[in-house]
Amino acid sequence: MISQKITVKNVAGLHARPATLLVKEASKYQSDITIVKNDREGNAKSILGVMAMAAKKGDEIEIRVDGSDEKEALAAIITLFEFNFGEE
Amino acid sequence: MFKGIGASSGIAIGKAFVLEKEILNIQRNTIENLENEKGKLQKALALSKQQVEAIQNKSDEEQKNILNAHLMILEDPELISNVEEKITSEKLNVEAALEDVLNMLASIFESMEDEYMKERAADIRDVGERLMMNLFGKEMLNLAELEEAVIIVAHDITPSDTAQMDKEKVIGFITDIGGRTSHSAIMARSMEIPAIVGLGSITENVKTGDFLIFDGSEGIVMVNPNQSMIAEYEARKEKEMAEKKELRKLVNSDTISRDGRRVELGANIGNPKDAKKSNENGAEGIGLYRTEFLYMDRTSLPTEEEQFQAYKEVLEIMGERPVVIRTLDIGGDKELPYMNLPREMNPFLGYRAIRICLEEKDIFKTQLRALLRASIYGNLKIMYPMISSLEEIRQANEVLEEVKRDLEKDNIGYSSHIEVGIMIEIPAAAIISDMLAKEVDFFSIGTNDLIQYTTAVDRMNEKISYLYNPFNPAVLRLINMVIKNGHEAGIWVGMCGEVAGDPRLIPILLGMGLDEFSMSAGSILPARKQIQGLSYEEMKEIADKVLEMATADTIEKFITQYV
Repeated sequence: MISQKITVKNVAGLHARPATLLVKEASKYQSDITIVKNDREGNAKSILGVMAMAAKKGDEIEIRVDGSDEKEALAAIITLFEFNFGEE
Repeated sequence: MFKGIGASSGIAIGKAFVLEKEILNIQRNTIENLENEKGKLQKALALSKQQVEAIQNKSDEEQKNILNAHLMILEDPELISNVEEKITSEKLNVEAALEDVLNMLASIFESMEDEYMKERAADIRDVGERLMMNLFGKEMLNLAELEEAVIIVAHDITPSDTAQMDKEKVIGFITDIGGRTSHSAIMARSMEIPAIVGLGSITENVKTGDFLIFDGSEGIVMVNPNQSMIAEYEARKEKEMAEKKELRKLVNSDTISRDGRRVELGANIGNPKDAKKSNENGAEGIGLYRTEFLYMDRTSLPTEEEQFQAYKEVLEIMGERPVVIRTLDIGGDKELPYMNLPREMNPFLGYRAIRICLEEKDIFKTQLRALLRASIYGNLKIMYPMISSLEEIRQANEVLEEVKRDLEKDNIGYSSHIEVGIMIEIPAAAIISDMLAKEVDFFSIGTNDLIQYTTAVDRMNEKISYLYNPFNPAVLRLINMVIKNGHEAGIWVGMCGEVAGDPRLIPILLGMGLDEFSMSAGSILPARKQIQGLSYEEMKEIADKVLEMATADTIEKFITQYV
């Protein structure tokens, strides 16, 4: 398993559109992908799971990836966050 | 007779169709063959997906988006694994396991503060109902297959109900629960069908086939009324339709008084969708685009790009016609939780609108930058709200110039002829409007606040609401003064409060020389008809007489003979 901590920087947080993008990206990989915020875990492939975390701008979250394609998966997810889900 | 909350206006006459949501008897059993239960779940999921996709093929853009969210829920691994886990660990039958998981998920979303997230609970329940019906092998009622036009009577109307509704077959709908802003009410207004919500237990008092009459503006339902009642409402409905048809003819005509005075009728809007609607209603421009809706119902500030897209869309919809966009007007009764503004004793007299923008310059700059970038797509006019002094105009303009320089540095284009104006809604601004007029391109009188500040009446306080009166002579004198001062300086003067669309005030305002009237889209055609029948010269005299009257009561009585 590999993991990385990241701060949510996009203004909308993990709200409707970014949540959808995250789930779509995560679902491309075999690995289990988990988002952890304040000890609460959510499945990154689940729209309900991601939205229920209600992560806002400024929140620190951890991405944990476990599986055969974990490196690629983690890199792809971190990229999404770093590019603020395509927001300006 | 039953009384509810009128959610969408219009008279509906026809047979009732009671939408009976089947009450499923969900039992809790201990199961041995767990794989069999999981198989049932997979089948129900697959079937539900097919059904949603089939509805989706027939729906419009907005409904497609709602249904897309439904599909994502049906494919959600969390939902599926939670149900499967419950089946395994508790040896529970699939129906009971699904019910538990749905309740848990819906309650998580219902307890969230964000309005958007709360609404997602309705989606979860809607999808859940479909799944459950499929587990029971029962068919969900398909509203697309109604044979004759009916009035739908339901406990509530869900997103998938409205997505299936054929406007031709649904005369209107009435529901047990809901309020003016519930999903059902919003959809009824957007589909332009009459509706009443929040009737309590109408589904228990009406049977399919009963004859119903209801009036969506009054919120009253009559069940099996007598012949004379039916005749009365049919006559009213016919009159309503005939008037509507008559008014529709005016959609593309200009607003010119009998003796040739031309004025502009604009619409007040809150989003691009409203702009489309105002077009259908013959708006000659947008007199007020309230941008605060871009900032509301979310957890953070909208980005420059989001704002740019919204402004651009409205400007493109309106083409060459003017679009007055008001910069952020929050504070007062409009709060933004994520800005953490301090609570105030007198929010209407406090930190709001331009006062916030001049302090939080980053927020203001982002908006101005988005506005300037969008300006090349149409006829943009920028308007500052809550101006009380000349200094504020100068400061706001300084920020605007700064943003323009930034854009030039970045080689980003903007229109070179953007008018910049102010709202006149504070008496202080009205009183020095002769001086303010020299530094702006237009005035727009905001009557809702102007009345409140002039008469020192909190418009939310019911006890003193009788004092909140547009016929107040002091208010009318201020309005007249602002128009005269504007014209003397050679600028145009508009109005964007409720008063501008009030048929009792229109004759006076026309007589005072108001150039632009901005109102809700639905009032435009009636106002145009009224103005086409008035004489400007006569109304000038009327306005002069009104300005000499000492009480609101006298003015109101006097003016009724011209309406």
